[in-house]
Amino acid sequence: MMRFVKPMAVTLALALSVTPAGAVQPDEILADPVLEERARDISKDLRCLVCRNENIDDSNAELARDLRLLVRERLVEGDSNGEVIDYVVDRYGEYVLLNPTSRGANWILWWAGPIMLVLGLGIGFSFLRRREKTPEPVVAALSDEEKERLKQILDE
Amino acid sequence: MPIAIGRTAACAYNKGMITELGHFALILAFLVAIVQSVVPLVGAAKRWPGWMALAEPAANAQFLLTAFSFAALTYAFVTSDFSVELVVLNSHSLKPMLYKVSGVWGNHEGSMLLWVLILTLFGACASWFGGNLPPTLRARVLAVQSAIAVAFFAFIIFTSNPFLRLAMPPMDGQDLNPLLQDPGLAFHPPFLYLGYVGLSMTFSFAVAALIEGRVDAAWGRWVRPWTLAAWLFLTIGIALGSWWAYYELGWGGFWFWDPVENASFMPWLIAAALLHSAIVVEKREALKSWTILLAIMAFGFSLIGTFIVRSGVITSVHAFANDPERGVFILMILAVFMGGALTLYAARASVMEAKGIFSMVSRESALVMNNILLAVSCFVVFIGTIWPLVAELAMGRKLSVGAPFFNMAFTPFMVVLALLLPLGAIMPWKRARIARSFKPLIPALVLALSVMGLAWAIQTERTLLGPIGMFLGTWLVAGAAVDLWSRTGKGGFARLKRLPRADWGKAVSHAGVGIVFLGVSGLMAWEQEDIRVVQIGERFEIAGFTLSLDRVEEVEGANYLSTMGWVTIRKGDRVISVVNPEKRVYPVARMPTTEAGIDNGFLRDVYVVIGDEQAGGGYAVRSYYKPLANWIWGGSILMAFGGLLSLSDRRHRVAAGARKTKAVGVPAE
Repeated sequence: MMRFVKPMAVTLALALSVTPAGAVQPDEILADPVLEERARDISKDLRCLVCRNENIDDSNAELARDLRLLVRERLVEGDSNGEVIDYVVDRYGEYVLLNPTSRGANWILWWAGPIMLVLGLGIGFSFLRRREKTPEPVVAALSDEEKERLKQILDE
Repeated sequence: MPIAIGRTAACAYNKGMITELGHFALILAFLVAIVQSVVPLVGAAKRWPGWMALAEPAANAQFLLTAFSFAALTYAFVTSDFSVELVVLNSHSLKPMLYKVSGVWGNHEGSMLLWVLILTLFGACASWFGGNLPPTLRARVLAVQSAIAVAFFAFIIFTSNPFLRLAMPPMDGQDLNPLLQDPGLAFHPPFLYLGYVGLSMTFSFAVAALIEGRVDAAWGRWVRPWTLAAWLFLTIGIALGSWWAYYELGWGGFWFWDPVENASFMPWLIAAALLHSAIVVEKREALKSWTILLAIMAFGFSLIGTFIVRSGVITSVHAFANDPERGVFILMILAVFMGGALTLYAARASVMEAKGIFSMVSRESALVMNNILLAVSCFVVFIGTIWPLVAELAMGRKLSVGAPFFNMAFTPFMVVLALLLPLGAIMPWKRARIARSFKPLIPALVLALSVMGLAWAIQTERTLLGPIGMFLGTWLVAGAAVDLWSRTGKGGFARLKRLPRADWGKAVSHAGVGIVFLGVSGLMAWEQEDIRVVQIGERFEIAGFTLSLDRVEEVEGANYLSTMGWVTIRKGDRVISVVNPEKRVYPVARMPTTEAGIDNGFLRDVYVVIGDEQAGGGYAVRSYYKPLANWIWGGSILMAFGGLLSLSDRRHRVAAGARKTKAVGVPAE
């Protein structure tokens, strides 16, 4: 667990030292509304690396601003959304993606829900089938203690 | 002995006394808990009434001692006793009184003390309201509850002691994290903990029933009020947290799929499933084994949540504790309690034979479907939350799982749930026919489809999210109304008033879910945003509103400095309101926060945030039009209120101990 401590301390130090810039600034916005909208969409899927769980679109950190500017720069150069994301991932690693890929073992992450659902439905269905067929059991008589208790309640 | 600097020695001595007494009471409560977790259990096994009866006074003593200990810590915060290290680290003499008090639980140690305070409160409640339980079950429930307390008392005393003293008290404290200095957040943790810890009762009931070897309709009836209470507190706690995030974090998000949010959402989902399956146990004596498992898992997820928040293993905004020793301790608690309970479950589950029979199409099967959907959606949240950790530990891959994943992987389950809910809720027990149950819902469906069409026609964006959300939300609300109406039979309005509160509770909660759907989808689909540099006096438009920044002033608060803007919101030339967005700096904690200026409306919020002063004059201003935002929290409150109605139902108050003499036929609810 020690290995988490150091990055977190660094993160904390960074987060406290930067002056807040306040998410997307007026001067960052591209003149072309279509490009700007694409930039916003891409930004929502990219993680602010020095923040705890924020995308770069919402983050106040200086580094998030740099990333936002980088995304817009690439878009103006004519990159597609996918190319921009690949470019950022090449530089910062997979950690920057808030929307994880399904490469490698990540398929487990993506398919866990549907697989569990199928399993659950299967178990539920077989349970219901059995319930439909079992005859209603005879209800056991009350124990002495319970009779006593019942009498108490009825007397109250 | 404390050393007084700048105060009279006697005063510091008295304060110190109370702190030490609080510390002593905590240790005493720990010892009482040890006794209470052993003696009644032996008593129940040997049928010794005296040993069993010990559980109740012990539960009360434990609660009173912990309450005293908590009061002592609160006293230290309120009087700014800086000989207590925790007060130094989390308080300041200039802080407003509300935050001196909420500062008690605005830190790791104090929040754990609140945790056990609530734990022992629930134990005491079980002894107060448990009169109808069979003596052996009551003794066992209290013993198991106390065993949990033992673990957490030990955790506090050995790893997170809030009463540690400083030999050289400083002149003043370091202040509470400014983000936590907010009324919404002051009450968020207590509610959340009432929910988390409330689930310990369902756990204790499940384990006690397993030891007892008996789960029947009465057990279902006993465990349900505790689940309801825990669930409704969790609902309020989560809603408060979400509301706080909305107005405090500065861009009006309401849910971030942050690990800490997920930590509270997972037990909520399981508790919701448990609420429904316990009904099947109570009414039909089926699903017993599954319900016991859910009761164990609900508390398991509470413990996992506590682990996530307290260990800081999964980094997030909320994790203010980052100490591996504590994480390992909680992990051990988790392993012992879950391992123990699940082993017991594996050994005993087979003795719980199901009784009621029912067909493939029935209320029972609809509730099974509800449970599958809620449990699987909880599993999705769980795997998404721990995946970064798994990937790093097992594969050395550093990756993130954020909101886009959860939105995609979680939402479909909720859509299916919403589609099925009104139909399932209206189906009769044992045997139903879909066509017949569906018939009274046709008006609800027509209404929902019209609302969807209307939303599609008037929206300027071409999104499907809005209209589909409107459809589902209306379907749920109208479905709940139909459900309630159908309960009246031929009695009409007169009968409506006399319906059991549980019926009202069910309808109100389900309608609340619908309203949350409307709020979430409305906000996500039709929100508008505007970011620009605004000069003083300049007007600009957003979503048909005209906004103007009239002036900006520096304002001094109790313990902060604020740059406050005055923004007038107009519709045409008519002034609707003036809001004050702020940027605050807390000098002691050296931390800035934003306070949004919000004009709350029934159908929309107008939300304004002020940013930095620009080099060329004017300020960066972000403004939002947020349709149906308040419906998210309004719906949540309705859900909780429905839970409260159900909790106050007559049968929980009077008949809790009455067992059915004959379990034939379907009770008319």
